[in-house]
Amino acid sequence: MSSFYSVLYILAAAGFILAIKWMNSPATARRGVIVGEIGMLLAVVGTLMRFEVVNYEWILIAFFIGSAIGVPIAYMMPMTAVPQRTAVSHACGALASALIGTAEYYRHTPNGFIMGALVLETLLGFLTCTASLMAFGKLQEILPTRPITYKGQNIVNLGVLAVAVICGIALIMAPERTWLFPIFAVLSLIFGVLLIVPIGGADMPTVIALLNSYAGLSASAMGFALDNKLLIVAGALDGSSGFILSVIMCRAMNRSFSNVLFGAFGTIQTSAAKTTEKPVRSASPEEAAEILDAARSVVIIPGYGMAVAQAQHKLREMHDILTKRGVEVRFAIHPVAGRMPGHMNVLLAEADIPYDKLVEMDEINSDFARTDVALVIGANDVVNPAATNDKNSPIAGMPILKAYEANTVMVIKRSMSPGFAGIDNELYYMDKTLMLFGDAKSFVGSIVKELNAVGAAAASAG
Amino acid sequence: MNKYEVAIWVFMLAAFLGFELIRRVSPLLHTPLMSLTNAISAIAVVGAILITGAKDASLFTRTLGFIAVVASTVNVVSGYLITDRMLKMFKKRGQGKR
Repeated sequence: MSSFYSVLYILAAAGFILAIKWMNSPATARRGVIVGEIGMLLAVVGTLMRFEVVNYEWILIAFFIGSAIGVPIAYMMPMTAVPQRTAVSHACGALASALIGTAEYYRHTPNGFIMGALVLETLLGFLTCTASLMAFGKLQEILPTRPITYKGQNIVNLGVLAVAVICGIALIMAPERTWLFPIFAVLSLIFGVLLIVPIGGADMPTVIALLNSYAGLSASAMGFALDNKLLIVAGALDGSSGFILSVIMCRAMNRSFSNVLFGAFGTIQTSAAKTTEKPVRSASPEEAAEILDAARSVVIIPGYGMAVAQAQHKLREMHDILTKRGVEVRFAIHPVAGRMPGHMNVLLAEADIPYDKLVEMDEINSDFARTDVALVIGANDVVNPAATNDKNSPIAGMPILKAYEANTVMVIKRSMSPGFAGIDNELYYMDKTLMLFGDAKSFVGSIVKELNAVGAAAASAG
Repeated sequence: MNKYEVAIWVFMLAAFLGFELIRRVSPLLHTPLMSLTNAISAIAVVGAILITGAKDASLFTRTLGFIAVVASTVNVVSGYLITDRMLKMFKKRGQGKR
């Protein structure tokens, strides 16, 4: 224990570990944020006290600018923009660690083990930075959300990565080749862009989690390069968190990592989408309201479409009315619903829906057979029975919410156009399915109006 | 045991600890979890401070460090504040409104 700052670093690491531990339940999670903040404060104060730090002006100006950007983001950002914000913050974190790696390289030109860690840090940092910016562009719909593919794409991507890695190895063998470093950095940046080009919107949850993991590993590699255990621990926690989340996402789609990254979901099957017109039954808001009013149990299945339409607040109104009338209303959350892990939960919580009404897939699937109405809002692939029935379907084997087992299925959808993956959904053609065509928010709004009207009529009659 | 070995041990143990802790996090909170770990990994600010404030820093390395401090401060500040903002919204049935 050489000095005071090491003590602060150890306390900071303990704070981070506790912060994540307390995230296991909503009851303790806010305590976790506070202990995480304390940890960060101790780490920063400890670092500022180190004798190596002699020049404070630039640091304080940077703190000021960073806070001036960060605080408005935190308070003004709408909850629907959480996936985009997360992508940007991955980009910022990765950029920071790539730039620190670059600065370290030009300062010391280290060799051996440290150079190896630096190369890993900058490779992961630069590629995560551009990849996250690309993900941001796709989430914000500045860039096309459909996967963009071309022939030989995987060969080009892997080729660029291979050349970057070879440059990295060459730098480790002979760190004094300073001319090679910019080439290495640019190749890493290019690979980040190429990596995300073929990724479509539905795969964003996995990719965001994976980028989270890379950003963490990059910080951890920095810890190796700077011989700083606090960075190693914090980076490893972040790295394993992102890794676990992406594994959960992959499992929820029954796909492998390589399939997500190199499979270009949503392109193969566009030709397979059936064009034959099959009859569907549709219903008006009045009919939908009557059915919901008569039900004893309703399960609502939200998807990305709910987020796009901002229908969560209207849904809460509907939930309140039905609950008051003794209908059991619950929400079934598929792990990959939305654009990032846990996306639906945050939006529904924002609309003041109690979190004990948000039920995970494994828990609720056995209840569908005893459910009167399954109401699908803006979800498609996660309720597509083809995943279980059709071995040739691109989503074959993906665990789904068994909405088709409910007595009545209602689907709010803009039109009959197939979902993201371009796969036809046989759920829509079942006899017990009613299609509710329209914008999710306004349709739920009409249902709420009808429910109120029915309630008023019943009250005046009684 | 040289210092590199110690570092690898630390990494290995922290990674396994992370796996065990995160497996227990309810899927309900996966979004706030990601935003919290993001804020935590902004610990890169430590490295950024060391480079920006160093005595032997050139204009080039100081500029890189400066950008890194800005980027990680953005993550620290917005990461913790947004996580808290999100967590505030998670309420149980019967728990009153804000």
